[in-house]
Amino acid sequence: MYEYTEFDHAFLTQRNTQFRAQVARRLDGSLSEEEFRPLRLMNGLYLQLHAYMLRVAVPYGTLSSKQIRKLAEISERWDKGYGHFTTRQNMQFNWPALRDVPDIMDALASAGMHAVQTSGNTIRNVTADPFAGAAADEVADPRHLAELIRQWSTDHPEFQFLGRKFKIAVTGSPHDRAVIRTNDIGLRVVERDGARGVQVFVGGGLGRTPLVAQEIRDFLPLDDLLPYLESILTVYNRLGRRDNKWKARIKILVQEHGIARIRELVEEEFPQRRATYAPDIVARQLELVAARFAQPVLKSAPTDPFTQAYDSDPVFRSWSDTNLAAHRDPDHAIVTISLKAHGATPGDVSADQMRLLADLAERYAHSELRVSPEQNVILPHVHKSDLPALHAALKLAGLGTANIGLASDIVACPGMDYCSLATARSIPVAQQIAERVDALKLEHDIGALKIRISGCINACGHHHVGHIGILGLDRAGVENYQITLGGDGSENTTIGARTGRGFAHDEIVPAIERLVHAYLDLRSDAEETFLQTLHRLGADPFKAALYPQTAIAAE
Amino acid sequence: MSRPFTPKVVTANDLLIGDVIYQTVDDGWTRDLAKAEILTDEADAQLRLLHAERQHTRLVGAYLADVNEGPDGPLPAHFREAFRASGPSNHNHGKQERTSHV
Repeated sequence: MYEYTEFDHAFLTQRNTQFRAQVARRLDGSLSEEEFRPLRLMNGLYLQLHAYMLRVAVPYGTLSSKQIRKLAEISERWDKGYGHFTTRQNMQFNWPALRDVPDIMDALASAGMHAVQTSGNTIRNVTADPFAGAAADEVADPRHLAELIRQWSTDHPEFQFLGRKFKIAVTGSPHDRAVIRTNDIGLRVVERDGARGVQVFVGGGLGRTPLVAQEIRDFLPLDDLLPYLESILTVYNRLGRRDNKWKARIKILVQEHGIARIRELVEEEFPQRRATYAPDIVARQLELVAARFAQPVLKSAPTDPFTQAYDSDPVFRSWSDTNLAAHRDPDHAIVTISLKAHGATPGDVSADQMRLLADLAERYAHSELRVSPEQNVILPHVHKSDLPALHAALKLAGLGTANIGLASDIVACPGMDYCSLATARSIPVAQQIAERVDALKLEHDIGALKIRISGCINACGHHHVGHIGILGLDRAGVENYQITLGGDGSENTTIGARTGRGFAHDEIVPAIERLVHAYLDLRSDAEETFLQTLHRLGADPFKAALYPQTAIAAE
Repeated sequence: MSRPFTPKVVTANDLLIGDVIYQTVDDGWTRDLAKAEILTDEADAQLRLLHAERQHTRLVGAYLADVNEGPDGPLPAHFREAFRASGPSNHNHGKQERTSHV
């Protein structure tokens, strides 16, 4: 865990005092809504369909037991007793009252948390691999870079009024769990000839124009990181389009000018930016940041209790097979706790569950938790001998669902149930698909299948990178759901392709069921995944299952 | 030819709480769509909207929403307004929470 410095604490206190005064001026009428809106957005406060919504930053998805307890307390004192984890690893409260928000901010600050730059046209909260610091395949912990970027970008005067929001994601592994290439800038820590550097991608994004970020630098020395990021942002700030909101992201700039030209412009800018930094200062700062991440001292013990439970308890075995990932230490495991019990709202977590997660993290996982971009919670360092007891406690609280990476582990945005931008609901679609999949008792047979649902074209549910993507739209005053196939959010980032006409709200679950049955019929054997079958056969046999009427007419 | 004017209500979000409110005949605000003032004349609707927009210490984002005239007052014409008038479908929160307590 990163431990705040005095500077971090002082900054938050000052920022919260400033925001408290801004809220007071809005309430007494000194500020109009037009004046107040950008100020509240800079602090993560939206006005949604039924209420205000506060988006709390969970920088690079890392939380301590103390912090998640504080979130539980806030949810009970000022909200409705739950929070919602988003696809950018943040937590949203759906029901705060405006007059309470300054107090909520102070409560957050007391646990080293804030809502700064979780909205607005600034550099947003940096996301990272949720397995950071624990993954077996990791080159280096990406959170050190993410924290350095957080410090550099927070309140950076040059980048507070960008043409549009700007998202950065970092991974330290070859296997991408942070969907870095759907970000404005994606960074991957790599090693070359014994030296550590960063592979830099630019111009990714989902939304109305989904694009996969392209490589702009194959190896950037760590000491050049901040001046290089500044160079990219300067080119974007100078040339990015401000005339049209839909063309304002850097992905459009890269698309319009081509990656070669953007690279040229960035490299032209770079020497001037580099000259403003003393040699080695970024590398040294990075070392200071890394030193503030307390490393857990992993315990050493026999793993027999795990092996015994695995061999004797089929429920534990099933959970272990789906919810555990390889830790860098073979006696430890990375545990993903599913927030996708069949029929639950993806990403929702109650105050009681938050407190339980805090206790379990304290007892078994060095008081450390992670939020995944797939809206689950991760305990990154659990000794294998502790897994049976951990699983038993989770199961008792309804958090033992064994479905990570399976058909019911659905990612969904809040959709029309909460969001003022949404054009259709997404939560009930996710709930109904998960319940149907559970009723069919097929999901372990189906295997790896990522279903992702967005309630509008802005694609917060990442439907473009779902193996099956669902996009909810408003067609002449009725909810309508389009399907995309073949999206992939891994290191082989791919945007899914639309299948054809959309489906009504009561048609979408049967349509997904037809797709799943088609896959089971078409796969070469039980080892071939949905995505592999789709790649081997193309979309046509799946379309035939989706649109049986059209298929018959064509015969 | 312009489309015929359909019945509307003036709606907004409450500044303090953020919840959905509707303008009433007596210049007040209600949280119950059925008690909102139905506007059937376009010019009148624009004036009522202007009146709402001036109350910036009371509300945020006033606009005209389409409604159908029901036996007990206005009913939402679009599913978005139906959700605003009741609450989310995954939790018994929002306006439906209050009515279910009655």
